[in-house]
Amino acid sequence: MIRTTHRSANAFWVLVNKEIADIIRSWKFIIMLALVVLTCMGSLYAALSDFSEVVKAGKSDDAFFFLKLFTHSDGTLPSFTVFVSFLGPLLGISMGFDSINQEQSRGTLSRILAQPVFRDYVLNAKFTAALVVLSILFAVLGLLVLGFGLIFIGIPPTAEEFLRIVIFSMVTTLYVAFWLNLAMLFSVKFSQAATSALAGISIWLFFTIFYPIVVNLIAKGISPERFINESHVVYFQRIIQNIMRLNPGQLFNDATTSLLMPSVRSLGPLTMEQMSGAIPGPLPLGQSLLLVWPQVTALIAGTVTFFAIAYTLFMRREVRSR
Amino acid sequence: MTDPIIQLTGVSKKYGDFTAVDNLNLSVAKGEIFGLLGPNGAGKSTSILMMLGLTEPSAGEVMLGGINATTNPIEVKKKVGYLPEDVGFYTDRTGLENLVFTARLNGIKTDEARAKAKSLMERVGLSDEMNKKTGKYSKGMRQRLGLADVLIKNPEVIILDEPTSGIDPKGVQDFLNLIVELRNEHRISVLFSSHNLHQVQQVCDRVGIFVDGKLLAEGNMDALSKKLFTHGMYLIELGIDRQSVPEETVADAAWLSSVLKPLKGVQNIRQQNEVFLIECDSDLSPAIAKTVVANKLGLNFLNRKEYGLDAIYNRYFEGGLNND
Repeated sequence: MIRTTHRSANAFWVLVNKEIADIIRSWKFIIMLALVVLTCMGSLYAALSDFSEVVKAGKSDDAFFFLKLFTHSDGTLPSFTVFVSFLGPLLGISMGFDSINQEQSRGTLSRILAQPVFRDYVLNAKFTAALVVLSILFAVLGLLVLGFGLIFIGIPPTAEEFLRIVIFSMVTTLYVAFWLNLAMLFSVKFSQAATSALAGISIWLFFTIFYPIVVNLIAKGISPERFINESHVVYFQRIIQNIMRLNPGQLFNDATTSLLMPSVRSLGPLTMEQMSGAIPGPLPLGQSLLLVWPQVTALIAGTVTFFAIAYTLFMRREVRSR
Repeated sequence: MTDPIIQLTGVSKKYGDFTAVDNLNLSVAKGEIFGLLGPNGAGKSTSILMMLGLTEPSAGEVMLGGINATTNPIEVKKKVGYLPEDVGFYTDRTGLENLVFTARLNGIKTDEARAKAKSLMERVGLSDEMNKKTGKYSKGMRQRLGLADVLIKNPEVIILDEPTSGIDPKGVQDFLNLIVELRNEHRISVLFSSHNLHQVQQVCDRVGIFVDGKLLAEGNMDALSKKLFTHGMYLIELGIDRQSVPEETVADAAWLSSVLKPLKGVQNIRQQNEVFLIECDSDLSPAIAKTVVANKLGLNFLNRKEYGLDAIYNRYFEGGLNND
């Protein structure tokens, strides 16, 4: 019995190995990788060239030079986080959109399934492999930024900064995994790779471009009259913000903001009363984490939901040779 | 049959209202090559998918090597190799890498897998193409690689679903010889599904004829042809001199059948222009000639056509048993 379990677990890692090799060899990944690395280097360069300006200003975030590298922009190029929130979904979609339907159209799916492996291994292995590659990618990018920062600034990061950057890399991986799972769901659902790519990209476009417009329209429609009391304004702000948070990109931005800017105390509106008496200082890591926890949970929930739907569709499918 | 390796009992598969496989009973003995012969869309592939547990039967039981394929597909897939029609490989990997991958999925260690893959590729005649990417393989080479891929797990049964479609005649010949050789070497059972009668005839010990989801008959080729192809094995074309026909009679098919009534084995008579076409189950041409002459009719044309299994098979699949 132990022997069989060992064997089948082994088959799973054989599949993961193969998937990782496939991802690394594929042109689409190389292109996306080049794009991500280039833009990140660009934004890092822009941040560094303007760095003396940033450090001078006497703000509460001053202690966190390194985090500035991720969020600062000199106005010519967007910051590292903006680039990641923009390109991350594309990366996820490009890795997932043809994962199942390509195996099917190449006729390799039925050949794998004719071997003694559980059917869910195929899906799980693809997801695991992509996750492994993504976490390595973002860990490396984070470390790369750290390294450059170290060379140019000459001050080593504090332990807290380092931890914040590690957690930021993890959240980024999670965000990309969210889009990856959506793309994999489409790749199970649609037999044509082109259809599933288009479906993934259109959802991404909708959330990056059209969703803010739609929310603005709604906000205009339901905005209260000018002279109302404070609590109404806060209530209205909350509603709009919650609608915005249906957008996974917004969740990611919220999460990265509070992770990389320790002075951010709340992601919702704050009244003067709440602020009075507060010591203007950065939040400790634990408090920042508490702040982003709902956002991270929502991203995890979305990822799991898409995976579950893809899983159900795939397990019930009849697999023909081509 | 004692201890069959493949045993299907009352298996049906329905897709909505459509019945793809209807109450199929089938058994294949160890070391036997069984041919599943039937036209496209007869339900051959569906039956095969059920044997591998890749789709569930609506009713009935599928047993392979004593294991239920529906409830325990993993154990079955350890014993069964499956070569689908138009098998697919990872085109950016070499043939050897593809084989090693399959072997590793079957729990064979990498070193052992490489050695085994090499010897199998030599066995199927691909030793020169070992390190070539499968994207550059021809169709025939892909099918041979497919056979090596199936054999790498040391199967007890191999299931080949239309393995020869799209290969040139020479390639088909080599492929079929390879199957028989491998069976003789390893004593594996083979289920060979095809719509090509000649290929099935050539390699299979036993054949099942499969049409519209039903197994119409099974047995060895001779028994099967006697059993199924009872109609029109011989076609005799007969021309009768108009002058010799008595004046008051109309020389049509009905008249001729009354003339030929004493002969046993005449199955059908049709008239085509001036010529009568007589279908019979054995060679009746001498008897027909004798009868015609005995009836004082002028015989001016007699031609015998013998139909091969192929033509009958074609007619049979196109029209079904419409002469029943």
